[in-house]
Amino acid sequence: MSGVGRAAGAGGAARAGGAAEGRDPGLQPERTRLAWRRTTLTCTVTAVLAMRQALRGTGSAVEITGTAVTALVWLVFTGLAHRRIRELATVRPAGLAPRAALAATLCTVALAVFALAVII
Amino acid sequence: MIDFVKDARLWFAPQRVRDEGETPDYRFSLANERTFLAWIRTALALVGGGFAVDQFLPDLRWGVRIGMAVALLLVGMACALRAVNHWVRCERAMRRGEDLPVSRFPVLLSLGVGLVAVAMILVVLMGWTKSP
Repeated sequence: MSGVGRAAGAGGAARAGGAAEGRDPGLQPERTRLAWRRTTLTCTVTAVLAMRQALRGTGSAVEITGTAVTALVWLVFTGLAHRRIRELATVRPAGLAPRAALAATLCTVALAVFALAVII
Repeated sequence: MIDFVKDARLWFAPQRVRDEGETPDYRFSLANERTFLAWIRTALALVGGGFAVDQFLPDLRWGVRIGMAVALLLVGMACALRAVNHWVRCERAMRRGEDLPVSRFPVLLSLGVGLVAVAMILVVLMGWTKSP
């Protein structure tokens, strides 16, 4: 957390002092947390649509596999969001890890590739 | 294009982003993260739209339906990849104290979505559906 000193300098109001240490008056961590929740919600809707697409016919092995893959993608995304939301529960959270950003992107791309494979 | 490849290398070697410059104010990083998430939501919505076109518009002709679904899915995929790319570039620019990168992507996306909407209007007006 090498940014703490500068951050405190920039946001002097956030230094209420003591253990509580005050909070960011702009509520940045909270807003970011809510952004993650919104994104999880969107991901859930998309994953449900994907599963509906996968499970249209007779329940063959291919369809079951497709559904399982979609569920897995959804789980990975939810796990990412959960971890990040916990990280954000501090007064001055560290930035998003590039690996997490990449993983979130790959989840989206995986859903799109799955859709292309199923539709065509 | 070469820049894009360089940026793509950064996605896979995340510690290299942190090597450069100095850590910016955490609030700027969080703002960048929220922008990234907004783009990811857009991408997810586009992908969901692709699924929805295929599932909920069975009256469209096969070609129209598949074409529209594939267009939405491809735009969604591009949107997701661009989201992480832009996030990396912004993060790096903030660390180096440079200007934030500008991008043509929002315009292209707007035009793309507008085109799909026009296509949809044409489909409805011209009655390019299976049953009259």
